[in-house]
Amino acid sequence: MDYFLTEEQQMIVDIARQITDEKIIPKRAELDEKEEFATEILNDIAQADLFGLYIPEEYGGFGYGGFEIVLALEQFGRGCVAIATSFAASALGAYPILLSGSDEMKQKYMPDVASGKKRAAFALTEANAGSDASGIQTTAVLDGDEWVLNGTKQWITNAGEAQIYSVVAMTDKGRGARGASMFVVEDTDPGFSCGPKEKKMGIRASVTCELIFKDCRIPKDRLIGRQGMGFITVMKTLDLSRPGIAILGVGLGQAALDESVVYAKQRVQFGKPIISFQAIQHMLADMAIKVEASRALVYAAAKHIAKHPKDMSKASSMCKVFATDMAMEVTTDAVQVLAGYGYMREYPVEKMMRDAKILQIYEGTNQIQRNVIGQELNKEYN
Amino acid sequence: MNIIVCIKQVPDAKDVRLDPKTNTMAREGVEAIMNPFDRHAVEEGVRLKEQHGGTVTVLSMGPPQAEAVLREAVSCGADEAVLVSDRAFAGADTWATTYTLGKAIEKIGPFDLILCGKQAIDGDTAQVGPGLAKRLNIPYVSYVRKITGFENDAILLHRLMDDGYDEVEIPLPGLLTVVKEINEPRVPSLKGKMKAKSLSIKTLNAGDIEADADSLGLPGSTTQVVKVFAPEFKGERAMLSGTVDEQVEQLVNKLEPYL
Repeated sequence: MDYFLTEEQQMIVDIARQITDEKIIPKRAELDEKEEFATEILNDIAQADLFGLYIPEEYGGFGYGGFEIVLALEQFGRGCVAIATSFAASALGAYPILLSGSDEMKQKYMPDVASGKKRAAFALTEANAGSDASGIQTTAVLDGDEWVLNGTKQWITNAGEAQIYSVVAMTDKGRGARGASMFVVEDTDPGFSCGPKEKKMGIRASVTCELIFKDCRIPKDRLIGRQGMGFITVMKTLDLSRPGIAILGVGLGQAALDESVVYAKQRVQFGKPIISFQAIQHMLADMAIKVEASRALVYAAAKHIAKHPKDMSKASSMCKVFATDMAMEVTTDAVQVLAGYGYMREYPVEKMMRDAKILQIYEGTNQIQRNVIGQELNKEYN
Repeated sequence: MNIIVCIKQVPDAKDVRLDPKTNTMAREGVEAIMNPFDRHAVEEGVRLKEQHGGTVTVLSMGPPQAEAVLREAVSCGADEAVLVSDRAFAGADTWATTYTLGKAIEKIGPFDLILCGKQAIDGDTAQVGPGLAKRLNIPYVSYVRKITGFENDAILLHRLMDDGYDEVEIPLPGLLTVVKEINEPRVPSLKGKMKAKSLSIKTLNAGDIEADADSLGLPGSTTQVVKVFAPEFKGERAMLSGTVDEQVEQLVNKLEPYL
């Protein structure tokens, strides 16, 4: 369907599509198998200027809203959710600085993120703080002109491959959520280290590790925004970033549909291509309806959110739930259409099904998203 | 260093069909792309510019729609684009093409290096690069797979051979034709695409390049395509069976009439 993109938006789609077709798709199976980080492909994306889409022009980017990065992510998601996640995680790590950081902080970090020279990462989750972010135990204590961080973050995307980390730590444990603050930690800071690489079900070409802070000392001016504003920055960041995860579901769903239709036209059983059987046709039709409906919702939500409206949390959560649940269903159906071949690692759909699962979990589980939507509805109908 | 890269717009090979009546290539409805080997030539030119400074000018001879491949090259890092286009150029073989490109390059001005793809995937002659070097009276090397350095106005390179590679040094200005092993072409950048969109492409016609009319297009061509056809598969197969001795005897009997 035609979504009436502007000429520049179409350019972004064309570039991201070419990167996906020429660089990502030929390498994705090997990178997944070897659990290897896609440094070269991320450099190709950097060379094509796409790391700077959402960053304001004064900090070396293009100054687009959230919709343009969604367009790029849709193509990357069609190719490989792991590589797309590595790309998206850099934006997730940069948003707190863009949203709440000082001008000096943005000047210091954003140009390198925009050029892709440096990657960013976002560090919120801990062993006892996932959906319940108020359980954070990492602390930051001011000691003279330095903050001293102690604690461990868990399952941090881009850990060890990023140079700039946006980290949530408690500066006043007694105040609960209002006692959380955000800090920029650099990979070279003393007392900072990464744990071993986690072994994951899917998105294996992305890296996920612990971040360990052991008397990690950072300058005072690395506080992002004001002390105690950490949770507000986290919530705003996630509201902005969720359409980016939702669109990975759309790209992935599209890829699964494409593989299924091509296969169903070729595969002959009972003397006919299996696409001629209504049972298969209806599955493919349902897959196509779901992918297109998800795309329409995510595009609309991304454009809506770019204006920072009051109900952005609801719109953001709605598109994340709908498109990522869709991706799980559609990739599972794709494996069913390809059946025995679909289950084999020689074909790409089993990887797609493994990769789909994380989309329902990370950046807030789909259950938490439904909580957000429910709470917003409760407020709206007062 | 001033680099000129010659590029050609060709029909996408994934989609080539012959018209069964005329035996010519059906171009309608077939997507036109930059000749794949030329993408490697553009990439090498842009890399050399990034390392050593200078400019990359892309040059194409073709109909007005060939502008598309020139803009693509600019979006991938080339600086300037020149289209040599005139109805008088139609039907040119490699002889007339090298004459035309040679005259255009004389107009463009001084250069240090010309890069071409090793061949175009439509004609597959691999003659235009070397032919152009002869027209300009400069040294050339074909099938270049790696440029290893520059020394005292000379270029050092590896030429791909069937059984390995040759190390070659030629003085500049010179011409190289490149194979796909030389690099992995980049994808256009967003800034590049924006520049390519607004860049005005310099267009030269037969008059602009002060060409001799008899040397252009079909009249200036020394070869003619008399017929194009897809070879028919005529091979016959026979499976021999029995013991080895029996099979040998059968084979000898089959071959005997031809001895």
